[in-house]
Amino acid sequence: MCTTCGCGSDEVKIEGADPHEHVHADGTRHSHSHEHAYVPAHSHAPGTSAKRMVQIEQDILAKNNAYAAQNRAFFAGRRVFTLNLVSSPGSGKTTLLCKTIEQLRGNQHVTVIEGDQQTSQDAERIRATGAPAIQINTGKGCHLDAHMIGHALEQLDLPERSLLMIENVGNLVCPAAFDLGEAHKVVILSVTEGEDKPIKYPDMFRAASLMLLNKCDLLPHLDFSVKEAIAYARRVNPAIEIIEVSAKTGAGMAEWLDWIERKSSGE
Amino acid sequence: MSLAEGVLQLIEDAARREGFQRVTTVWLEIGQLAGVEVEAMKFCFDAVTRDSMAAGAQLEIIATPGTGWCLPCGETVELAEVYGACPRCGGYQVQVTGGKEMRVKELEVA
Ligand SMILES: Nc1nc2c(ncn2[C@@H]2O[C@H](COP(=O)(O)OP(=O)(O)OP(=O)(O)O)[C@@H](O)[C@H]2O)c(=O)[nH]1
Ligand SMILES: [Mg+2]
Ligand SMILES: [Zn+2]
Ligand SMILES: [Zn+2]
Repeated sequence: MCTTCGCGSDEVKIEGADPHEHVHADGTRHSHSHEHAYVPAHSHAPGTSAKRMVQIEQDILAKNNAYAAQNRAFFAGRRVFTLNLVSSPGSGKTTLLCKTIEQLRGNQHVTVIEGDQQTSQDAERIRATGAPAIQINTGKGCHLDAHMIGHALEQLDLPERSLLMIENVGNLVCPAAFDLGEAHKVVILSVTEGEDKPIKYPDMFRAASLMLLNKCDLLPHLDFSVKEAIAYARRVNPAIEIIEVSAKTGAGMAEWLDWIERKSSGE
Repeated sequence: MSLAEGVLQLIEDAARREGFQRVTTVWLEIGQLAGVEVEAMKFCFDAVTRDSMAAGAQLEIIATPGTGWCLPCGETVELAEVYGACPRCGGYQVQVTGGKEMRVKELEVA
């Protein structure tokens, strides 16, 4: 747990981070003065009993959003392009990341933050490609939040104009609500899941700018209708972009890399 | 868990500011389109607050209705689901304008 600020769950572990250490490299970025989220509350005069009412009127996500804004400012300062990859468990996020790193080798520096409840297996898979990666274990937590990312950033040395990919915990619900400071959320749907995931988990597909339809190499063996999946995704988010890929065969990777290139150059 | 943790954080901040020791009731405003399962929230809140100043506090949920702006109709319409169709024209070009709130409104403290 983050002892200085008391935020986060007891079980969150960030590789390399000392939970008591809060001296941040650039001082201002993640200062733990949580003042930013405070709105002065006005309290009613105490009544006859010892009980009284206190008005709060604060958004439950206000703190997370304040941290996300700090992260976003940090990324902007270094011109780091950050993507937040979200999906159900097992859709192929890590495989896709490894493939992306391989194909960008020599052209674009990629750093990865991995979120899983337990183990550092995914970070190890990324490091095996030669890219720096840091694992966040959320314990019982089912998503990453902006505060955890702020601490992970203390452990990383992100080069100017590099790419940061955050693999969120496999969960199509909660990560939708938690802004991490990313430029875009990218939702990965694999064809071994149902076509109707977008309408079952609309918040996530609304929050995403791009949907990667992964495992397309398996389509010949399945009844999955790509057309239907796309129609459902567009129903909940008319503006969503969609790319069909296979992290296994590499099909569609060029289009995905082109999307990254376009978006990171500020289109 | 963490929406409930967010609620507890706001309570603890308020306690530092306002100098109270115990919370007996918490009023949350949850929009119908916020995607928050009220029963799940209650369950998590009880678990998260067990050893805190809000242990045993009552959680009161104020549900606010979902509303949207339908582009073709040019009107504010009631919305039952985030991706729902406009009840007037049946179209899907509806922008959510209300009902996504997740706020801690008020506390009864001692
Ligand atoms: N056939 C096929 N299999 C794939 C593809 N992408 C990933 N897989 C397989 O799907 C399984 C899960 O892949 P991961 O990359 O670990 O998925 P993930 O989304 O990172 O999983 P979690 O981190 O556990 O949520 C592995 O067995 C992969 O080999 C693909 O494009 N085609
Ligand atoms: Mg993974
Ligand atoms: Zn902290
Ligand atoms: Zn209408």
